[in-house]
Amino acid sequence: MYSLRTARSLLALAVMLLVSVPAASPAWASGEPSRSRSITDTSLQWPSGETLARVLLFRDYNTRVVVIGTTLLGAAAGVIGTFAYLRKRALMGDALSHATLPGIAIAFILLGAKSLPLLLVGATITGVLGVFAVIGLRTIPRIREDAAIGIVLSVFFGVGMVLLGVIQQMRTGQEAGLSGFIYGKAAAMLAADAWLIGVAAIVVVAGCGLLFKEFRAVCFDPQFASSIGVRVHLVDFIMMALVVLTTVVGLQAVGLILIVALLIIPAAAARFWTDDLRMMTILSAVFGALSGYFGSTFSALLPRLPTGAVIVLCAGGVFGMSMLLAPKRGLLAASYRHWALRRNTAYQHLLRALAELEEQFGEGAEIPSARLAGARRWSPLHMRSCLAAARRRGAIERREQDVITLTPSGRAQARRMLRNHRLWELYLIRHADIAPSHVDRDADDVEHVLSEGIVRELEDELTDITGVPPSPHGSRSAS
Amino acid sequence: MSNIFASRHQNGGDDHDPACPVSIHDMTVAYHRRPVLWDIDYAAPQGKLIGIVGPNGAGKSTLIKACMGLLPLASGSVRFYGKPYRAQRQIVGYVPQRESVDWDFPASALDVVTMGRYGRLPWCIPPRRRDKNAALAALEQVGMAEFSHRQISRLSGGQQQRVFLARALAQDALIYFMDEPFAGVDASTEAAIVTLLRALKARGRTVLIVHHDIQTVREYFDEVMLLNMRIIAAGPVEEVFTQENLQKTYGGRLTLLDKAAQAMARIGRH
Amino acid sequence: MTGWQWDIDGWIVLAGILSAVSCALLGNYLVLRRMSLMGDAISHAVLPGLAIAFLISHSRSSVPMFVGAVSAGLLTAVLSQTVHRYGKVEHGAAMGVVFSVLFALGLILIRQAADHVDLDPGCVLYGNINQIPLDAIGSALPPPILNLGIVLLVNVAFIALFYKEMKISTFDPQLATTVGIPADLMHYALMVLVSVTTVANFESVGSILVIAMLIVPGVTAHLLTDRLGAMIAVSIIVAVFSAVVGHVFAAFGPAWIGLPGSTHTSAMMAVVAGGLLLIAVLLAPRHGVISRAWHRLILSLNIIRDDVLSLLLRWQEVRPEGGRPIRQAEVLAAIGDSPLTRWSLRTLVRSGYVMLDRTGRGDDADGMKLTASGLSRATGLIRSHRLWEAYIDKHFKLPTSHLHLSAERVEHYITSEMRDEMSADLTSPQHDPHGRAIPPEQGEG
Repeated sequence: MYSLRTARSLLALAVMLLVSVPAASPAWASGEPSRSRSITDTSLQWPSGETLARVLLFRDYNTRVVVIGTTLLGAAAGVIGTFAYLRKRALMGDALSHATLPGIAIAFILLGAKSLPLLLVGATITGVLGVFAVIGLRTIPRIREDAAIGIVLSVFFGVGMVLLGVIQQMRTGQEAGLSGFIYGKAAAMLAADAWLIGVAAIVVVAGCGLLFKEFRAVCFDPQFASSIGVRVHLVDFIMMALVVLTTVVGLQAVGLILIVALLIIPAAAARFWTDDLRMMTILSAVFGALSGYFGSTFSALLPRLPTGAVIVLCAGGVFGMSMLLAPKRGLLAASYRHWALRRNTAYQHLLRALAELEEQFGEGAEIPSARLAGARRWSPLHMRSCLAAARRRGAIERREQDVITLTPSGRAQARRMLRNHRLWELYLIRHADIAPSHVDRDADDVEHVLSEGIVRELEDELTDITGVPPSPHGSRSAS
Repeated sequence: MSNIFASRHQNGGDDHDPACPVSIHDMTVAYHRRPVLWDIDYAAPQGKLIGIVGPNGAGKSTLIKACMGLLPLASGSVRFYGKPYRAQRQIVGYVPQRESVDWDFPASALDVVTMGRYGRLPWCIPPRRRDKNAALAALEQVGMAEFSHRQISRLSGGQQQRVFLARALAQDALIYFMDEPFAGVDASTEAAIVTLLRALKARGRTVLIVHHDIQTVREYFDEVMLLNMRIIAAGPVEEVFTQENLQKTYGGRLTLLDKAAQAMARIGRH
Repeated sequence: MTGWQWDIDGWIVLAGILSAVSCALLGNYLVLRRMSLMGDAISHAVLPGLAIAFLISHSRSSVPMFVGAVSAGLLTAVLSQTVHRYGKVEHGAAMGVVFSVLFALGLILIRQAADHVDLDPGCVLYGNINQIPLDAIGSALPPPILNLGIVLLVNVAFIALFYKEMKISTFDPQLATTVGIPADLMHYALMVLVSVTTVANFESVGSILVIAMLIVPGVTAHLLTDRLGAMIAVSIIVAVFSAVVGHVFAAFGPAWIGLPGSTHTSAMMAVVAGGLLLIAVLLAPRHGVISRAWHRLILSLNIIRDDVLSLLLRWQEVRPEGGRPIRQAEVLAAIGDSPLTRWSLRTLVRSGYVMLDRTGRGDDADGMKLTASGLSRATGLIRSHRLWEAYIDKHFKLPTSHLHLSAERVEHYITSEMRDEMSADLTSPQHDPHGRAIPPEQGEG
């Protein structure tokens, strides 16, 4: 149900992305005719029907490997990212991923040749060192977590770049692939690499599944977890180990700079859709997988698009959609709720003002709209829209232009509003010792949220009141 | 002879009464070498509601956290029915301060209460039906059954506090530590908590409660501990909760303690 | 690489200094405002701004680039604030979302334009500071140097002009607002400057290493100083040192260890800065690891010395005149035998507090006696100990048998003023709660 909606929004995103990339081109396509044409030709050539079919139907072996690999990676990162995100350790992944570079370089120098598994072992070692460095630096007074992350990230990366610089001058030809780890080079992925990612994904998912209870307890309330005997340090360590595993196997596909996005973004996006941790984990995995799938597919369709960046952009699209469209926590839903509340408040204010005016003019009287405007200092525009809304709801009639009458059902509502308002005012005066001249404002805010239960309690408190009590401070429209 | 050689290595591992729910012996707790609790000696009576009262910064929360091993002790020992905390986790329940967690966490009230059962479950084993039922029963007891599936951020402050209480109930402990359960709750929650405390007492549980409101001490508690970095006085409310003791607790007359603590912190750092 | 050549290495070092100092200046404020990661986020996120500016304006001239970068930098600040506030996403994660997406976008755009311009994605990371001397050929001042110089001047001017405003809005933004200093404006001004500085540094040190230069000198300085002014000064020293030493190591370091060629100066700058930070973490006078460990050692040494002295005094108290002195073995048994204890015994003898009665049957059999100064010091300790017991006994409900442990911990920290205060509080007591005499105050312990 959820994933269906996501799939639809992702399709929309796909279309947007396809449209937006060439849209950026005209500015420089028109500039220097000869060269820029060649750029457009190579980079933004619309895929032919044949390419499209080949990629989408996985007929191409290379594409198949890459797409499967990145999809699995996205899913694994989505799962473990959920817990890292809730443990508020998401950016630790950033320090970790940057800290893998020196390990890769050292492994290369020691071995003198490229062997992916060994390079990844090197990456793991310095990555873990980076994590410990962050933890160690945090214990120093005056070094805060954010600074510790920034320090480890940049200094370890600096060490890596120094070593890469040395490597570049040591040999020729061999080192070309190493910089692929920085931005990612999904196209270079082999079947064995995809298998590696697959195994890692299984370990991550199985680990999170088995330790779901422990992870949940530690993420929510580490102190309580520790008090009931959960070994918080060990659980944190396992969680971090799974983050390291995901990061390291993802280096080649996404690159060390952007891998952190796969840990954070799907989890943050999933949080918008659900309040249940299990569902959030599943959704996050789905979002991650979809980003991996669409990202690698796009970059296969449109050559020269860096795969890692496109994957992250897809994830960003999912995040943007989630933030806008999610049913409860989304921005649109929130602003709709806000708008509806304001409209309802205005409607109730209008009815109450009419009920107060009827007290002066007599029941069923035709009330001049000028008096109404005076009652609440509304702008003409606002009043007109309020009146129109009230008429649509059948609460008022307007026989002539400037005259308003309450319908019977409108009158019943209006008198109920007025009664609630005054009951609350009386309650405040009698029980909260608030001056009569001040209760009106208070009651104005509260009356809209008075449930039937509260009104009944009010009635119990104020047993002497029946019907609509007179205003305790003199009607406002009269003053 | 014994007095001459009484050194700091003689660390009161002596006589904790195995019948005493919580016995604290010579406990000192320090933050960055600055002592915040000094020489606490206390034996909680069985089956009583015990209020821990004192001014801000008196170390009330520190005391219960240290008892539960959440803070390291600079010296001393704590025993629960004669055994250390490690061996007795099952029988000690904890209600932390409400502000200590992020209430936007994706969990329902039932999820949170079920966490109270995690201590009984081995690694990797998810909570079973029996644990869910215990959690539901606990929610029922605090009058929150109808909100069991509501996301915790959509509960009011008082309701959140009740969820924490229910979580402790689900632990089904013999001894409870509660950190300011009455802080910032509405009148109906306060009444519900008091009812619950009396029910716990009726079942023979011992409850230690950090409390900030002196007005209600007489009404709520059987025993009281007046704390201001040290135990000023402890015992039955009617004996201990006197004007004179309160003045000692709240009037900052004993500046020497502060001076000594500062000296220890300063010299320790330098 | 042959040797130092001013027309090459001079320019590189100058560029390094300009860029490191301009980053470090702002970095102090980022560190103090706990916004180190904002520097991280902005330096990633200016990339799309640069790329778009280039795609629109078609040139690598400075003005559009700066405009693009500043708008991207501000966009990062505003967007992450929006995601944090309206999306209820935790602050760090919100920044992570925003900067990684923007960086990905920038990367794609740059890749599209890569043939068109020498904005090489690699350069974005580590810069091409080593190319700057080539620009110097033919013109007096290489353009990157000019840009960096201008940015440095702007940063210096900003901090000099708004020193007090930045200080107060960093320390307490709410107070700043109430006294009429717009803290929000200062915040965004800082963000703009960070963006501009980042862009100017793209060419020389590259984006990741901008982060090093933004954060590391500030943190190092913060460990070493207690005043904002001093902190800024130290951070500048760290920045200059990293630039100079970084280049020397990068250019000649590989040769020293027998490798061919040289490596990236900018990366080496980050490594040197990191090394300086490590030294500060270890050696900082108050917050450093070593100084704290040293103080702990001295403290436990002093406590053991105090324990020995009061042990000797108590021994003499219970033994009548002429009894045998306590043997070293007995002292060790009472205090606990450890290298630290033996060391403190030696220092006590050396500093003249304790005399040894040599028996010639080995150190452990030697008797130990207090000298006059040892006696005076030990009396002070005993007085502290017994006064404290009496004081605690008067004011707190504590079993008499537990008083000793409490006093044992505190006696080392009690000054003579505190003794006087206790004595006054207890109206000059003669005996402690155990009934032992409290010795009178001595001249000097």
